Amino acid sequence: MHMADALISPMVGGAMWLATAGLAAYSAQKVAKELDENKVPLMGVLGAFIFSAQMINFAIPGTGSSGHLGGAMILAILLGPHAAFLTIASVLTIQALFFADGGLLALGCNIFNLGFFPCFIAYPLIYKQIVGARPTQKRLFLGASLASIIGLQLGAFGVVLETIFSGISDLPFTTFALLMQPIHLAIGIVEGLVTTAVICFVWRERPEILQKAAMSAPLGTLGIKPVLVGLLFVTVLTGGALSWFASSNPDGLEWSLAKATGVEERQEPEADIYRILAGFQKNITFFPDYNFKEPEDIAVNAQQVRAQEVWPAVNSGKTIAGLVGAIMTLLLAGLIGKSLQLAIKRN
Amino acid sequence: MSHHIIEINDLEYTYPDKTQALSGLSFKILHGESVAIVGANGAGKSTLLSHLIGILVPTKGTVRIGDYPLTKQTLPQIRRSVGMVFQNPDDQLFMPTVFEDVAFGPLNLGLPLQEVESRVMSALERVGAAHLRERPPYKLSSGQKRSVAIASVLSMLPDILVMDEPTSGLDPQARRQLIMLLTSFTHTKIIATHDLDLVLDVCERTIVLHNGLILADRPTMQIFSDTALLTQAHLEKPLGMQGCPICTPRS
Amino acid sequence: MSKMESYWLDLRQLDEMAIHKSVIHHIHPCAKLLTTVIFLTVVASFSKYEVSGLFPMFFYPMLLMILGELPLGPIMHRVLLALPFVMFIGIFNPLLDQIPFLQIGPLLISGGWISLFSIFLRFLLAVTAALILVATTGIDGIGMALLQLKVPRVFVVQLLFMYRYLYVLLEELIRTIRAHSLRSFQGEGIKIGVWGSLLGQLLLRTIDRAQRIYGAMLCRGFDGEIRLIGRKKLVGIDIVYFLGWSIFFIVVRLVNIPQWLGTLLIGGY
Repeated sequence: MHMADALISPMVGGAMWLATAGLAAYSAQKVAKELDENKVPLMGVLGAFIFSAQMINFAIPGTGSSGHLGGAMILAILLGPHAAFLTIASVLTIQALFFADGGLLALGCNIFNLGFFPCFIAYPLIYKQIVGARPTQKRLFLGASLASIIGLQLGAFGVVLETIFSGISDLPFTTFALLMQPIHLAIGIVEGLVTTAVICFVWRERPEILQKAAMSAPLGTLGIKPVLVGLLFVTVLTGGALSWFASSNPDGLEWSLAKATGVEERQEPEADIYRILAGFQKNITFFPDYNFKEPEDIAVNAQQVRAQEVWPAVNSGKTIAGLVGAIMTLLLAGLIGKSLQLAIKRN
Repeated sequence: MSHHIIEINDLEYTYPDKTQALSGLSFKILHGESVAIVGANGAGKSTLLSHLIGILVPTKGTVRIGDYPLTKQTLPQIRRSVGMVFQNPDDQLFMPTVFEDVAFGPLNLGLPLQEVESRVMSALERVGAAHLRERPPYKLSSGQKRSVAIASVLSMLPDILVMDEPTSGLDPQARRQLIMLLTSFTHTKIIATHDLDLVLDVCERTIVLHNGLILADRPTMQIFSDTALLTQAHLEKPLGMQGCPICTPRS
Repeated sequence: MSKMESYWLDLRQLDEMAIHKSVIHHIHPCAKLLTTVIFLTVVASFSKYEVSGLFPMFFYPMLLMILGELPLGPIMHRVLLALPFVMFIGIFNPLLDQIPFLQIGPLLISGGWISLFSIFLRFLLAVTAALILVATTGIDGIGMALLQLKVPRVFVVQLLFMYRYLYVLLEELIRTIRAHSLRSFQGEGIKIGVWGSLLGQLLLRTIDRAQRIYGAMLCRGFDGEIRLIGRKKLVGIDIVYFLGWSIFFIVVRLVNIPQWLGTLLIGGY
């Protein structure tokens, strides 16, 4: 699954973009230095191939359901990890630009999730270790399947972390993870099967292609560097985000107040308590004749009153004004739009 | 005195999977000649053409283009003087717009932008495709693609034009336009084709390939009058020479 | 397969829109790309429960669509197709965040619904902005902008190649699938056994094609470096465009304009 712009925060988006950009620059350097000059047309054309192949729904025997291909593993096997990373990045870029799959801000996340994990972790650490220099059908099947499954699990986990840290969605960590991981296990299995089928076909018909690919990217030249950099980044991101949560928690008094009112109970541990309560502060609306200084009169939840007493008094009319203003804005926009349209037509 | 612009001696080529494609070809082509390479499928036409621009390297024998023998070092010079038009224009038009495709060659030659622009425009005008300059290739018809592919080679101002099946897939009018274009070129032309009527119209000399060997190398009219030769080579007379289908029905 | 054919059509449509000549189309691709990035970042930086403050941001896609003379239909079509995806995640918000937030008459609206609506607005803004960027710039423009922004050449060239051959491959795949479906009778989906061979053959043909393209490139003097013609220079209007929009976005972010407007009208509390 792709990360979407609607669910991302600038911090998460920016951080992942940094990671992706670094990896891309590194991969581009590696590809440019490679002896095999015809990589670039091959990368482009294989990218187009993967893009097209992703459109196909194939039936999974026995389950009656269908799935489709991610393709990063096939690319990694045929092109080597660096070229494959760039290729999958360009596939995702076109998808984000033309098909609104994901989004431009979230593109960094998506390239990382769907590119880094398969190309720089699953491929060298799993596929290559299993298949080695002399592939057999069994080893290809095992290597491709395992690598696909694990690559996708890691990628899915990345989406979970990025969504949680962005804080736009309320999905708690455990629920989201329990949702994503099993789905992507199934997708991973399917991907493994398809990858195996295609690679085995190529291996039977034109083994020299696989041999050439295997030779041009032996494990030695990949180096442990990109893997380490990527993992370091994930660690820093996790650490940074956790400490951000910690620091944004209200201080002792307010924390215990929140606990006393039971607000904290209702929230899942990882949610941003501060933000939710701040939201209350800004947007609670009470009707003009409502006296919120008398807690007993409150028809709405008690917690909100406590929240009111803790933070500066809220302007009760603010939200209504906001609503009115929003409608006004839309009308204004429509008016400007129409007049522009007429102006253009006249020209 | 005419000097040979292309000289092939005992050319042999074997594919990596051990099939022998060419078993020893020798011929010379003069400056300005139009030569057709004909033969059955698998006779070795495309393989031979690939040697002329150095995409393939002979397993035995020599290729000489102009002043240069074909070696790794001389490849750049050879590619400047030989322009090859591929069978499938989609393989040849890989840039986002027609202009950029035709400019690809001159840019690689290191020419300044203004020179590139003028070469591109004159090449496009030559093939009648100047109005297509900003189009992406996938939007062109097959005739237009063929013309642009030719322009992309013309812009490098080659001495020799090598073409692989130039009329395949073209509708009759596009085909006719192509033939007229080719007859207007003064380049040395080497054309591999199944279209024997094209050969009649454009090439005064024909080389017949069969199983990787040259079966005959004679003026075109002599080849097409030799029925036995044609049969041996899995060919037949051009339709234009087969007589009126009503008066002389084929058996 | 209809998904493929619809993707192919969408690609072509967006491509055609990009060739159009309008005021917006003439703006330098770098300016448009950077403005879009700023736009997206500002939209994403709004707080989780922000709704009214987001409305002025709609000026950007709206204005661009009008000035760029872009047809509403295809863009909305793409927006709708991408919607279920995001909503699938977003819908959990009202389910999980039940704390009442707002009371309109007898109706109690929880925070979850507010944040869901916010997600929906962000989605609309982000998706339309990306599509408008492509529709007014085209892939070559974007490629040019990326190069000028120092993105590695290998990546940009590869992107352009890929885009070029997307059509070729999609067409080939459509033909192959059609041929398959004419001879198979199991309904949706292709069996895995067939998969390997079908995709594998396409892959091998693709690799061969890449070889031929490489040969064609060599024949035209390719020496490893791809030279692209960067034709556009930044002019005044481009800078005005970028700065103007950026300032607008920041103002919208800092000042909740609808609230201010509404307060003016209602008389304020």
